[in-house]
Amino acid sequence: MLLFGLADCNNFYCSCERVFHPDLVGKPVVVLSNNDGCVIARSEESKRLGIKMGDPFYQVKDRLEQNGVAVFSSNYNLYGDMSRRVHTMLGRYTPKVDIYSIDEAFIDLSDMGSSEEIAAYGKRIVREVTKGTGIPISLGVAPTKTLAKMGSKFAKKYPGYEGCCLIDTEEKREKALRLFPIEDVWGIGRRTVDKLNQSGVHTAWDLTQMPEQWVKRMLTITGVRTWKELRGESCISIEELPHKLTICTSRSFPNQGLSALADMEEAIANFAARCSAKLRNEGTVCQAISIFAYTNRFRTDVPAHYIHQTFLPPVPTSDLNELVRYAVNMLRLAWTADGVYHYKKAGVLVWNIVKASPIQGNLFDTMDREKQARLSQAIDEINRKNGHNTLRMAVQGYSKRWHLKCEYISKQYTTNLNDIIRLNLKK
Amino acid sequence: MMTNKEMEIRLQMFSADAEALIDVPYGGSLRAGFPSPAQDYATDAINLGKILVRDSETTFYARVEGNSMCEAGIFDGDLVVIDKSIEAKEGDIVAAFIDGEFTLKRFKVDEHEGCAWLMPANADYKPIKVTEENTFLVWGVMTFCIRRFHE
Repeated sequence: MLLFGLADCNNFYCSCERVFHPDLVGKPVVVLSNNDGCVIARSEESKRLGIKMGDPFYQVKDRLEQNGVAVFSSNYNLYGDMSRRVHTMLGRYTPKVDIYSIDEAFIDLSDMGSSEEIAAYGKRIVREVTKGTGIPISLGVAPTKTLAKMGSKFAKKYPGYEGCCLIDTEEKREKALRLFPIEDVWGIGRRTVDKLNQSGVHTAWDLTQMPEQWVKRMLTITGVRTWKELRGESCISIEELPHKLTICTSRSFPNQGLSALADMEEAIANFAARCSAKLRNEGTVCQAISIFAYTNRFRTDVPAHYIHQTFLPPVPTSDLNELVRYAVNMLRLAWTADGVYHYKKAGVLVWNIVKASPIQGNLFDTMDREKQARLSQAIDEINRKNGHNTLRMAVQGYSKRWHLKCEYISKQYTTNLNDIIRLNLKK
Repeated sequence: MMTNKEMEIRLQMFSADAEALIDVPYGGSLRAGFPSPAQDYATDAINLGKILVRDSETTFYARVEGNSMCEAGIFDGDLVVIDKSIEAKEGDIVAAFIDGEFTLKRFKVDEHEGCAWLMPANADYKPIKVTEENTFLVWGVMTFCIRRFHE
């Protein structure tokens, strides 16, 4: 029988912090976005306190303090390494793992035995991964990915499942669908929920009772696939899962913002380098790159300005050197003079992203692309081992004027030998 | 003799394991001259990483601060290898989290008293009694202890 498992790390960022702060288990925890801007992850306890996803930090700071909530800046080196551990471990239990996001992966559990055996196996996976990595996971197992995703939510919500919820019979499917709110179904957008509610569709079950033509009219062809999947017909392959068509790296700058070209160049170069690393990580290349920068839109007392430049590389690329050069050149062209404008936010956007392999060549291309690719790969490897940005383009600089605010960041417990946990043997 | 092309293919096979790249025996990249007579006997070099890390996904490292385990051969400044996947048994040396701190002690279960003990290996220190009153967690089991003797 065709069976998919969706392994989902519970409150992943908060769980990563708790591995190294076990005293925070059972206590409220939040993780802030880059630059400590807003709340991007909450433990169950923080959710119960009414802290919302996306709440600006300055607005909820007092409330977090009053309730003794542990606050962390995002520590992506740590989360990345813990994610790798979980995903690699999952690979031991299945011939196929498809990583869907930093904290979710699909595993193939087809033809692995009876219902009881699969349930026992699922529980074992959850138990061993949770113990071995310290990251609690939930597993949903079902004949379609959409149902598996739903199962993982049940597994997380009800402790009786021991971390694994198997939806492999008609009876279990109907029961689960009737309990499941339509807005939580994977693939149902927030904007369509109101429309569906008005038509009397409140649960996943309600949707499956509608005729296909109605669903198609209401939710287009993607909605029909969700509808089929909920009815137990597998039709979403991993390749068809939504994948990113643009990658943006941007940041707000603290205080006055940036007004000198040298500082802005450094920032833009770093954003371009991040985009380049993300592209290579996904095995993709981009066909366009844009830079942008703007002054504080809420201040009318200082001159406002907006920079936006786009460049189409001759050949689709993910090359570090190349993307950094394009970004910095665009910035230099658009720059007026130092000290005139104070830019509050800037970023680099790479778009029209395609798979890296079959790239259309260009007759006038003068670069040794294979050599460049190897160089980029070597740089990635060194940076992965020694910490982000150990090796960098000179223009990326070291001044850090534009750098992230991350007052509450935890240590690089797993990727830097100077940051490993300390054992107190003085008592 | 292996050609460059063959070497490339072979390296790709190992590409999932960064350590293995280092282990590929010397000799394959010779471009001319007599092939090394040892090539046919080449085996993997000893890789300490593989010995120290039984399971790379569940292994973590920690630094020792203090000497309460010195009679067990664990000293201030030592680097210890901890495997989180191992179920702690009586007598194992464990990294434990107790009342807000990590420590390293020998683990002992006291079924009579219904509690656990963290036993130091140094006469100057007292055993730590663990009851339900404590925030306590066996974080992982120590598998190796590493000390540098020469800078």
